[in-house]
Amino acid sequence: MQFATPRGMSRRHFLNHMAVGGAATLGASQFLQHLQANAAEVQKNQRACILVWLGGGAPTIDMWDLKPESKNGGDFKPISTKGDLQICEHLPEIAKVMDKMSVVRSMSTREADHTRGTYFMHTGYVPNPTVVHPTFGSVVSYELGAKRKDLQIPAFVSVGGGGMDPGFLGMSNAPFVVDAQGRIQNADMGQDAGRLGQRLTMLEAVEDSFINSKRGDSGKAHKDIYIKARDLMTSTQMEAFRVDQEKPEVRAGYGSTPFGDMLVMARRLVEKGVPFVEVRNPNGWDLHNDVFNTLRRTNLPNLDKGIAGLVNDLKARGMFENTVVICMGEFGRTPRINQNTGRDHWAQSWSVLAGGGGLMGGRAIGKTDADGLRIESESYLPSDLWATVAHSLRIPLDTVHTSKNGRPMKIANGGTPIKDLIG
Amino acid sequence: MNLVRFLALSMVSTVLCFSVAEAADGKSDRPVRGGDPVVDEINKYLRQGWTDNEVEPSPEADDSEWLRRVYLDVVGHIPESGTVEKFLSEKNSGKRRELVSELVEDPRFVRHMTTVWANVLIGRNAPDRTSREGLEKFLRESFAKNRPWNEIVYDLLTAEGHFEQNGAVNFILGQLTGNPNRDDYAVEATAKATKIFLGMQVQCTQCHDHPFNDWKQNQFWEFNSFLRQVRRRDVDKYDAASGRNVDDYSELVRRDYEGPVYFETRQGLMKVAYPKYFDKEIDSGKKTNRRQQLAEVMAKSDGNQQVARAFVNRTWGHFMGYGFTRPVDDMGPHNPPSHPELLDFLTEEFVKSNYDVRQLVKWICNSEAYHLTSQFNPKNEIDNPSIGEIPLFSHMYVKALTVEQLYDSLIVATNADQAGKGSYEDAQRQKEVWLREFMRIFGGNEDDEPTLFSGTIPQALMLMNGDLTKQAISPDKGAFLTTVLSSPKLRNDNQRIQALYISALGRIPSRAEYAKIEKVMRQAPSPIMAYQDLYWALLNSNEFVLNH
Repeated sequence: MQFATPRGMSRRHFLNHMAVGGAATLGASQFLQHLQANAAEVQKNQRACILVWLGGGAPTIDMWDLKPESKNGGDFKPISTKGDLQICEHLPEIAKVMDKMSVVRSMSTREADHTRGTYFMHTGYVPNPTVVHPTFGSVVSYELGAKRKDLQIPAFVSVGGGGMDPGFLGMSNAPFVVDAQGRIQNADMGQDAGRLGQRLTMLEAVEDSFINSKRGDSGKAHKDIYIKARDLMTSTQMEAFRVDQEKPEVRAGYGSTPFGDMLVMARRLVEKGVPFVEVRNPNGWDLHNDVFNTLRRTNLPNLDKGIAGLVNDLKARGMFENTVVICMGEFGRTPRINQNTGRDHWAQSWSVLAGGGGLMGGRAIGKTDADGLRIESESYLPSDLWATVAHSLRIPLDTVHTSKNGRPMKIANGGTPIKDLIG
Repeated sequence: MNLVRFLALSMVSTVLCFSVAEAADGKSDRPVRGGDPVVDEINKYLRQGWTDNEVEPSPEADDSEWLRRVYLDVVGHIPESGTVEKFLSEKNSGKRRELVSELVEDPRFVRHMTTVWANVLIGRNAPDRTSREGLEKFLRESFAKNRPWNEIVYDLLTAEGHFEQNGAVNFILGQLTGNPNRDDYAVEATAKATKIFLGMQVQCTQCHDHPFNDWKQNQFWEFNSFLRQVRRRDVDKYDAASGRNVDDYSELVRRDYEGPVYFETRQGLMKVAYPKYFDKEIDSGKKTNRRQQLAEVMAKSDGNQQVARAFVNRTWGHFMGYGFTRPVDDMGPHNPPSHPELLDFLTEEFVKSNYDVRQLVKWICNSEAYHLTSQFNPKNEIDNPSIGEIPLFSHMYVKALTVEQLYDSLIVATNADQAGKGSYEDAQRQKEVWLREFMRIFGGNEDDEPTLFSGTIPQALMLMNGDLTKQAISPDKGAFLTTVLSSPKLRNDNQRIQALYISALGRIPSRAEYAKIEKVMRQAPSPIMAYQDLYWALLNSNEFVLNH
C-alpha cells in the first residue's frame, strides 16, 4: 500500500527539522497541540454528508417501491421493516434499520441520459453549455471546508473513482479522489521525511524572491497549496484512509466487501471532520439485461450489508444525528420489464434513500401509482434533495454563489427542503 | 561537493550574469519598441490610458523574463536552455522583433494555436462521438497556411461530412446530442457559436429576455433557426471479435427544414422566429442553405465586424492575461470594454489585414505593453485586475500555465521523454501516458482567463512526487540531471547551478539566490542529493508554473 506517513524518522524529529529549515508555518509544539485538539469530541458535533452513488441508475422499483400487484412488479416480494414502509426482500439488513432511514418515492427528474442525469442529480441543475455547475460536494467543500481549521484532508473526498466537476467554484473545491483501497496518487515521495523537509526548504530558497517581487497573489496562492500538500503528506489524519487499521469486527459489520470497506473509509473520514464524502458503489447498475438475477446475486446483498453497517456504526458512535446519508443513482429504471428481462432508463418516477443528520426515519415520502408509472403526490427534484442536505448541514438556503460569467446562482438551485424528511 | 570552492565561485559573477544584472538595474539601453504604425497606435492608446488614470508603466522586462513569456504565449512552452543562452548573449537591438517574426512562422506556433482553439471549440474532453483528431487536423492546416480567421469561422459554421475527412464538422457535432426532432437539439450549438465567434453570451435568452444585456429572447431563436438544418449521423460497425456493434464514425448532414422556429415565453405565449442575423433577414424557404447564409453574413459581410472584434479580444486576452472585456466572450453594451477605441482600432486593422492571425500576434507582441515586466511599481498598484479593477496593461499580468503549457515545459526542462534506453516509439508512448495523467489531474474545461494559480493538492502532489519529476531528478545515467552534472562543459558548481536555473526558469540566479541555495545545499547528505533537491525545487517553484 502506498502511504505517506514519513518513514525512518519520528514525527517530532520531522517537525523539528521542518522548523529549523524554516519551511514550517507552525512550530512543532503548536502543531502537536493542533493534533490534540483534533480529538474525536470536536468532530462528533461537526455535520457531514455521505453520498452513496449507484452509478448506472438503480432499479428503485425493485428496491424501495415494489409493485407486487402489477405486471411491472418483477420477481421480488416486499418485506416489512422497522419503519412504516416495506422494501425489497433482498434488503433484510436495511429493513432492520429502516426506522432510521426514509425513502423518497416521488423523484421526477426528466433526465434519462447517463451523463445528463449524473450531472443533474449531483448539481441540481440541468447541463448548460456555458456554465459548469459545481457538484454538491464542491458546494459543501466551499461552504464548510474553510471552517474546519483542523482538517488537513481536503473537504470533499470521492472514494472509488471518477469525481465530478467543481465547476465555477474552482479546482480547490474539486473532489479529492482516492481509489477503493484509499490510495492517494503521488502522496509518497519515496524519500524519508528529512528529504521532504530539505526539499521544501530548498523550494523556499528558490521561490521566495518571486513571491516578494510584487507580482500579485499567484505566487502566494501557489505556496499555500504546497503547504497544504505537505500537511497532507505528513498528517496523522491520513490514517482515515487506512481501513486496514479498523478492527475486523467493525469491517465485518459492513459486510467485509470492497464496498463495505469504502463505507468504513467514509465513516473514518467523517470522523476526522471531512464534511462531504462520495462513495461510488463498485457494482454496475445499468441493468438493461437480467436485472433480477444481478440484483439478487450481487448488487443487493452488497448494498444491504454496506448501508446497514454504515447506519449501525454511525449510530453506535453517536455520529448518525450529524451525518446525512443519501443513496441514489442518476435515475430509476423503467417499470416495464423489457424482452431481456431488464429495465431501461426512467427518470419520471423513482426513489432515493435518505436519512441521518437529523432527517426523519422510517417514512415513505411521496407515492407512485399501482404500476410505478406516475407520481400521485408532490414530486421532487435533485434541488429539493440538496436543499434538504444543506438544511441538515446548517448551510443557509439563501446562500448565493456567483458563476464566472457573473450570474448569481442560488444554492441547490433554489430547491426547497423536503418537508416530510426534515420533520 | 566542495563547499568552500562552491562558495568562492559563487562570489565570482560570470560575464553573462553581469550583463543581465545590469539590464535588470535599468542601466542598459532601452530599445525603442514599435516602428510599425499599428504598433505605434496601440502604444498611443495604452499610454493615454496610463495618463488618464495617473499610473506609470513598469519598466521593461529583462530579456530572460520576456523570452520565457513570448515562448509560452506563442509556441506554448518555455525556451530550451540553448535558446536562452543565445538570446541573452545577442546584442542586436532588434532581436525581440526578429524573434516574434520567427516564432509566428514556427510549426510550434501552429501546434499551440491548434491546442488552444480545439480546447475553446470542443473542450479538453471531447464530447462523445466527436473527433478531436479531426478538428485538430483542420485547425493545424488552417493555422499552418495562415488562413484568414473569417474563412476558418466560415468553415466551422458550414462544414458537412465525415468527422475525420472534414474535421471542421466537429465543432457543431460536439454540441449536438439527443433527439434531432426536439426544439433544443441545436440550442447548445447556438449558444457556443455566438459565444465563441461573436463573443456574445446569449444562452440566458433561450428562456427569457436577458436581464442585463441587449439580447432578447426572439434573437436567440432567430439565431437558432439558422442551425436547424443540421443533424449528426452516428454510424456503427459490426465487430466480429465481440459480436457486437461498435462506434464507427459520425458525420454532420444537412436536413430539410423550412419556415420559422417556435418558442415559448416565460408567460407561456408561443412566438415564432425566422432566420435573422441582427437586422439582416434570410429567406426561410426550403432551398436556402441557412448555415451558409449565416456564415456569409457573419464572417464576410457583417458591418459590425463582430467576428473580428471577438477574435481580437480573445487574442489580446491570450497574450496580455486579460481581454478588453471580462470575460472575453461576453461583449456587448452591458459590458463595456476597457479600451473601446483601441479595440475598435485593432478590429479595423485586423479586418484590413484580411483577418491575418500572424499579423495580429505580431502587433500585440511588439507592443510596448507586452514588453513590460510583471512587477508592479509603486505608481501602478491600482492596476490590478485580479481584484476586479479594469486592466490598464501598465505591467504584465501573471498568468497560470495551462496544462498543455505546463506539460510541454516540463518536457523541455527535463528531456524526460528522452531518458531511458527505449526507442522513439517507447518514448512517445511514455509521453502519452504522462500527458493523460496530466490531463486528468490538471484538466478541467475551464476556459476563462487563467490568471490565478488554480492549484489543488493532487496537482501539487503530482509535481512534487509524480513520475515525470522523479524521472527528471533521477540519478540514473541518461536522466536530465545526471546529464547536466556530468557535462564536461560545466566545470564548477556555479556553472551547474546556473545551467539548472536556465533550463527550468530561463534565467540566471542572482547573487543573493546563489548564497541562499548554497546554504541549503550544504545540509544535503550528498552533492548529488543537493542537486536533486535544487532541481526538484526549481520545477516545483511558483516561478516555473506561472507565466509572468
